[in-house]
Amino acid sequence: MTVVIDRTRASAPKHDAGPVSAAARARKSGDPGGGLYKPRAPIYPKLVHGRWRAIKWAVMIVTLAIYYITPWIRWDRPGVLPDQAVLVDFAGRRFYFFDIQLWPQEVHFITGLLVLSALALFLVTALFGRLWCGYTCPQTVWTDLFIYVERLFEGDRNARMRLDAAPWSFDKLWRKVGKHAVWLGIAFATGGAWIFYFHDAPSLLHDFWIGQGPVTGYVFCLLLTFTTYVFAGMMREQVCIYMCPWPRIQGAMLDTNSLQVTYRHDRGEPRGAHKKNADWKGRGDCVDCNQCVTACPMGIDIRDGSQLECINCGLCIDACDEIMLKVDRPIGLIAYDTDSAVEARSKGKAAVYRLIRPRTVFYGVAFAVVSALMVWGLSVRPTMDLHVLHDRNPVFVRLHDGAVRNGYTIKISNRTFQAQTYVIAFDGPAGAILKTPGERDSRDVLKVRVPANEVRAVRIFVTLPPEAITSANLAATFTVSSPAGEASAKTTFLSGAANAP
Amino acid sequence: MSKREPDEVTGVETTGHEWDGIRELDNPLPRWWLYMFWAGVVVAAVYWILMPAWPGVSSYTQGVLGQSDRADVVKALDDLKTVRGAQAARLKTASLDQIEQDPELQAYAQAVGQSVFGDNCATCHGTGGVGAKGYANLRDDVWLWGGTLEDIHHTIEVGIRSDHKDTRFSQMPAFGRDQMLSAPEISDLTEYVVALSGRQANAAAVRRAEPIYQAQCSACHGPTGAGDQKQGAPNLIDQEWLYGSTRADIHAQIWNGRGGVMPAWKNRFDPETLKALAVYIHANAGGQ
Repeated sequence: MTVVIDRTRASAPKHDAGPVSAAARARKSGDPGGGLYKPRAPIYPKLVHGRWRAIKWAVMIVTLAIYYITPWIRWDRPGVLPDQAVLVDFAGRRFYFFDIQLWPQEVHFITGLLVLSALALFLVTALFGRLWCGYTCPQTVWTDLFIYVERLFEGDRNARMRLDAAPWSFDKLWRKVGKHAVWLGIAFATGGAWIFYFHDAPSLLHDFWIGQGPVTGYVFCLLLTFTTYVFAGMMREQVCIYMCPWPRIQGAMLDTNSLQVTYRHDRGEPRGAHKKNADWKGRGDCVDCNQCVTACPMGIDIRDGSQLECINCGLCIDACDEIMLKVDRPIGLIAYDTDSAVEARSKGKAAVYRLIRPRTVFYGVAFAVVSALMVWGLSVRPTMDLHVLHDRNPVFVRLHDGAVRNGYTIKISNRTFQAQTYVIAFDGPAGAILKTPGERDSRDVLKVRVPANEVRAVRIFVTLPPEAITSANLAATFTVSSPAGEASAKTTFLSGAANAP
Repeated sequence: MSKREPDEVTGVETTGHEWDGIRELDNPLPRWWLYMFWAGVVVAAVYWILMPAWPGVSSYTQGVLGQSDRADVVKALDDLKTVRGAQAARLKTASLDQIEQDPELQAYAQAVGQSVFGDNCATCHGTGGVGAKGYANLRDDVWLWGGTLEDIHHTIEVGIRSDHKDTRFSQMPAFGRDQMLSAPEISDLTEYVVALSGRQANAAAVRRAEPIYQAQCSACHGPTGAGDQKQGAPNLIDQEWLYGSTRADIHAQIWNGRGGVMPAWKNRFDPETLKALAVYIHANAGGQ
């Protein structure tokens, strides 16, 4: 099993000079006598260049674009229905997603989506570690964006550390004020974009600025502005380490064959400073330059082994590769690798990568099954829904000639975008007469018009002549049909023991 | 007492407690956790100032925002009136027939009617409207005073044997109690009424009662016993009985001539409510 926190190697002699990981600094100040509450040790991640940084930029741009653009995609729907492609319409109790439309009673599709997301997360974690945390989690994406802004105003790591240590000056003031102003702007745009998912975006944008928007819109906009500003600006890794349950759950998903950002200690140790042109024999490739520590947005030292704090973002890989190229050693001293591969190499064996393992197969199959169920469910999603409620009080009514009448409430949900006329038929004992309030005449079938995308409740009285009542409890079926489809619901016709032969 | 000792793997002290071999690391809480605690305290203090919070002897601290659940309820009721305004206004002007023909208006009227019925009518007629012995069943197709929308509406307005000046009124004589008929005659009449509803009866008694029925009863109940809704005379040949179908029930009715009272509701409800109630009762009786 993976040891999530393994600090055995942390006892290796540390240099007093040079950067120390924020985690180590915090641990130091949290030592006995350091108080009950551990202050956050600021982290100054250094900008790196390389393959993983480039991927991270790309993912950031794509995910932010999806978030901001989605509510503005228009999608033509007939009649008064909203023309927004993705809309959670709480007032109208509908969820629109392009051509898919869900009603509240179809919330199981949302459940399915959540199950699917969880399984995808499990699968990816078992295979490649916490890629979600490192690349696509909103906390990571926005923190990355905020650090980018921070760098624009205050410079890279060393400049930022100097600025923070420096006394207040005009230069420090405008940089800080500017940074926080832009952060607040981004945070406001984040909260502002969120509310567009719940209302028609163009009209809300207009109403919002003239003060006519819904109260919930302002509340949620402010709430998300606040959380974005605080989480991405101030708390950053604290959210991942203390608030998020995922780092704790991941221990159960990972095994020794999961790819994670790994310091290949078999190759790196013993580490130490390296003089130019000195021999590499008898020592590891790690030159103890600490670039992996300075690059880490979580403030940890990856060389301590896999840790709860590590989000698997790979920035230390880029940082290390740069150095390896400079000292003319092969890159990949830190890389996406597995514990078992490192173990095998340190014993002189060839590393074996096993992507297909019982757990990945299980997650994969579960994912495929749930996906198939979702697709099947959506493809056969009925265009109408029928519910028949038998009156409870009175259960039946005896009429003057001994005939018996039962009352039903039939609820027809028209899930199409067109008004439909439904024909209601009672399939049961012969001689049944149907009647609905408002119609003077009784007949054997009834027609009901239901407007597009609405539910209509219809009261129906079914009368059976005395000779048709052969039992106190007769089985019957209501069949409701329209050109768009047909549905039927089983029910009973009750007449009481006294009226039955 | 438990021992505090450093954990082997992490070097962090444990709390010293042990549960089934599991020990807890005594890591410090993050500092922002403390900030949140103090922020919570501040929020509580602000809440005390803004909202009703502390109980007093005869009252409580009101809070500067003037929040009151009671006022909220009143406002919600007012809002409800606004929401219902459109339908309520249509109910005022529409005729009974128009209400029943318009699906939306009918649904609204039924909802109003059901609520009013439950509060005012269910005491006698039952929550399902099926009545009880002596209280009319409003769900079947048997009506003493007529089952059309207009008939029902009028009955609700003026009541039966009520104090309203236009009340529906009829009085069956107490043939036995007032000694209008002798006891054997009433027994014979009972057999006659049983025979009217198609049941087995003493043929001799029926023969003896025939002239008595035609002389005493037919003016109201009709020569064939079909009743008369104009004067509220029950139909005697169907299978429904207001005061019971047994011989003892029928005998008691002829002897005592019971007649129930229904209050007039015209002055208790506004016209819209009366209409809604009529539509509700009419619709649930199958709509005559």
